[in-house]
Amino acid sequence: MIKKNDILLIGAIVILCLAALAFMLLSRKEGSKVIVYVGGNEHASFSLDENVEYTVKQENGAYNTFIIKDGKVDMIAASCPDKLCVKDRSIHYSNETIVCLPNNVVLEIANGQKGDVDIIAK
Amino acid sequence: MKSSKISTYGLLIALAFILSYIEALFPPPVPIPGIKLGLANLVVLAGLYIMGVKEAFVLSLIRIILVGLTFGNMSTMLFSLAGGILSWLVMSLLKQFKSFSQIGVSVAGGVSHNIGQIITAIFVTENINIIYYLPFLLLSGLVTGAVIGIIGALIIKRIKKQ
Repeated sequence: MIKKNDILLIGAIVILCLAALAFMLLSRKEGSKVIVYVGGNEHASFSLDENVEYTVKQENGAYNTFIIKDGKVDMIAASCPDKLCVKDRSIHYSNETIVCLPNNVVLEIANGQKGDVDIIAK
Repeated sequence: MKSSKISTYGLLIALAFILSYIEALFPPPVPIPGIKLGLANLVVLAGLYIMGVKEAFVLSLIRIILVGLTFGNMSTMLFSLAGGILSWLVMSLLKQFKSFSQIGVSVAGGVSHNIGQIITAIFVTENINIIYYLPFLLLSGLVTGAVIGIIGALIIKRIKKQ
């Protein structure tokens, strides 16, 4: 049967999670650009002000397509098997990410100076 | 190795394999990488209490390799290994303390499984910001760990009686 220490453990984890969530909620700021990382390297970045549809294509045929619309970034298509990145929410707060682990693609919102970002594709 | 031990290994590995297959049939309920029910952890938990610490490690390893080769690939196997080994370590340690029931041990296992996976994901993507997912993963590990712990406790009681 369940013991006192089980309850304490569960309670501690819940409090920790709620504290972390509250911290994230209170400290979040609107981001201004999205940075695309492929395999840990910066691949491209876009201002959230523009409306763009962009596809990250990799040499092995893997792809991820995302759109920027109304200042929000959303993954709309991908070659990965689980499609978790496509189902994931759209993002616009600083440091928010959409991750596609199978393709090792990360979209990350950053807080650069407004207006100084153009398409920087490597 | 005694034949009864070999047959218990066989039984539990077969069970883990079936549970992993059942789980693969259902898509994860929440679109966050790493969130799933973790049905097969039922077997590792049962192995831990019925057979022992060392045997639970062997079970966990064989299950991850078999399931990875059948339903996954090298990348998913890497994540399962990180989660599986950390979860086995934490569950084994907590079991020694004897002040936790199977439910507490299973919750700690579920949570540490997800911690192991997110640490791997941070290394793979080289991006620390995906730690943002951690609170959601911890809460999900807590709930699934508790469910697995409750079912596991019932199974362990019945198998031990025999």
